[in-house]
Amino acid sequence: MDFTYHITPIDGLFVLALSLFLGFEVIKHIPAVLHTPLMSGANAISGIILFGGLIQLVTTPPDRIWVLVFSSIAVFLGAVNIAGGFFVTHRMLAMFQVNKKDRKKS
Amino acid sequence: MEFLFFIATLGLILGLKFMGDAAKAKQGNIIAAISVAVALVGVIIKNYDPTRAGTINIILVVGLLSVATVVGRVLAQRVAMTKMPQLVSVLNGMGGLAAVVIALIEGIAHPIGDDMRATGGLLLLSSVFGGVAFTGSMVAHSKLEGKKLPKATQVHKVMAYALLGAMVLLFAAYMLAPAPFMPFTSLLILVTVLALAYGGLFTLPIGGADMPVLICFLVALHGLVAILAGLFFQDTVMLIGGVLVGAIGLLLTVKMSEAMNRSLGSVLAGKFVSAKGGRSEAEQEIRSISVVETASLLAFSNKVAVIPGYGMAVAQAQRECFALQEKLRENNVELHYIIHPVAGRMPGHMNVLLAEANIPYASVLEMSEVNNTMEHYDTVLVIGANDVVNPAAENDPESSIYGMPIIRAYKAKQVVVMKRSMGKGYSGAVNTLFDRQNCRILFGDAKSSLEEIINELKHI
Repeated sequence: MDFTYHITPIDGLFVLALSLFLGFEVIKHIPAVLHTPLMSGANAISGIILFGGLIQLVTTPPDRIWVLVFSSIAVFLGAVNIAGGFFVTHRMLAMFQVNKKDRKKS
Repeated sequence: MEFLFFIATLGLILGLKFMGDAAKAKQGNIIAAISVAVALVGVIIKNYDPTRAGTINIILVVGLLSVATVVGRVLAQRVAMTKMPQLVSVLNGMGGLAAVVIALIEGIAHPIGDDMRATGGLLLLSSVFGGVAFTGSMVAHSKLEGKKLPKATQVHKVMAYALLGAMVLLFAAYMLAPAPFMPFTSLLILVTVLALAYGGLFTLPIGGADMPVLICFLVALHGLVAILAGLFFQDTVMLIGGVLVGAIGLLLTVKMSEAMNRSLGSVLAGKFVSAKGGRSEAEQEIRSISVVETASLLAFSNKVAVIPGYGMAVAQAQRECFALQEKLRENNVELHYIIHPVAGRMPGHMNVLLAEANIPYASVLEMSEVNNTMEHYDTVLVIGANDVVNPAAENDPESSIYGMPIIRAYKAKQVVVMKRSMGKGYSGAVNTLFDRQNCRILFGDAKSSLEEIINELKHI
């Protein structure tokens, strides 16, 4: 499969508009129990801005040391954001899970 | 390759959809995490340019990602659940800073010509929102940690508005001016500095009970940054991920503001309607209750409700609550927890704290589920909550919290409020619940009072 495409600005706007509606639909009815995990999960996802840093890192010649240093910082920060967010969300959700098993037992 | 991104995007949407459902939330989180990892690998493979970068770059990337994953994991495991809002704000701040750094590199290392103003504009915006998210989150974190910060004055507010005005003007000038009025790089740096200062100043006056709204707002802002970065790098995964995060942040921000009956604008402006009129605390006739009386009240009830507030989390009394519930269950007394939407320091925070103390999910109820049947409760224990049970919100138009939805604790047969002292709630409004005939106050630290009650119950 060899096909590539690039989104033009107007395509970007279409995607933006559609996904905005989608975003609201997907999460419209969330019980209060899940608000905190959802927040930390969403926070983890927003760390994907590190992709920008990754693109910089893998296209920069090794002799442009400053660019490398700063994009490394950005990638590191973004990656901690993602990893920390997903792990802590997992930890919280695991607590809820245990509770459900308890309920079945009792 | 593009197919990988398609799968990752679908995974993100599906993951978040699952996370809105209690039974599937855990899988949802895992799906979302895997999707991000897949997209991440895809981005590296797609953009790797062997003519410019070498193996050393790949080693660097892999190294950074591994170390960051370990650091993130340690952070996530060490954090106490009461400190959840702090962790989310720190992580959010890191993401914001990453966005600023990325935008600065793009603007400085790759020249942006005057014919590329749309691109330049995207960079400016992403740096501004990233900057505000960064310093805003850091100030929010210090506030949550209870660190002493300079008290917000009118001067700070005026400065914040001036900074905002300056940023808008600079941006408009860049987009509209026929010829560049200053080099793009300098403009980018200038605007970034302004944004960093603005983020701190705008967060400074917001505090206390408004914290949940602020945190949601900062997460939404971060989502916006991801959208801008997605447009800039023409990356659909970033774009859609950003939109989803923005939507979640915004939705929760609005929900939280509604739960406090305040407009988002007034929360963000750091305003609080000061109590006008109203009566002073001194006029209130307070009836107190002893531990022994409370214990017997509980023992002879059929249905008991606990209304926890942030004060309970501060006193670390969740486990004692669970012990009390177990003890009462032996005596065939049913205990429920009723949670106000803004209890705690971030949305849903109280639910997480109760879950950590092993309190069964089924006995935790939302305010809207029980508010019309509150009279069925024989005894209501209010632990560390104040404004959210204040009847003045329903019947005193003079009160500063008038109109805020409350848990109708006053409708229960007996109400016991556990308080350390006669301090007011965050709003400073006089709590007219204490005037009611059915309300008595148990003074003391919530944790030790609960322990004593449990001890008493053993003798009954």
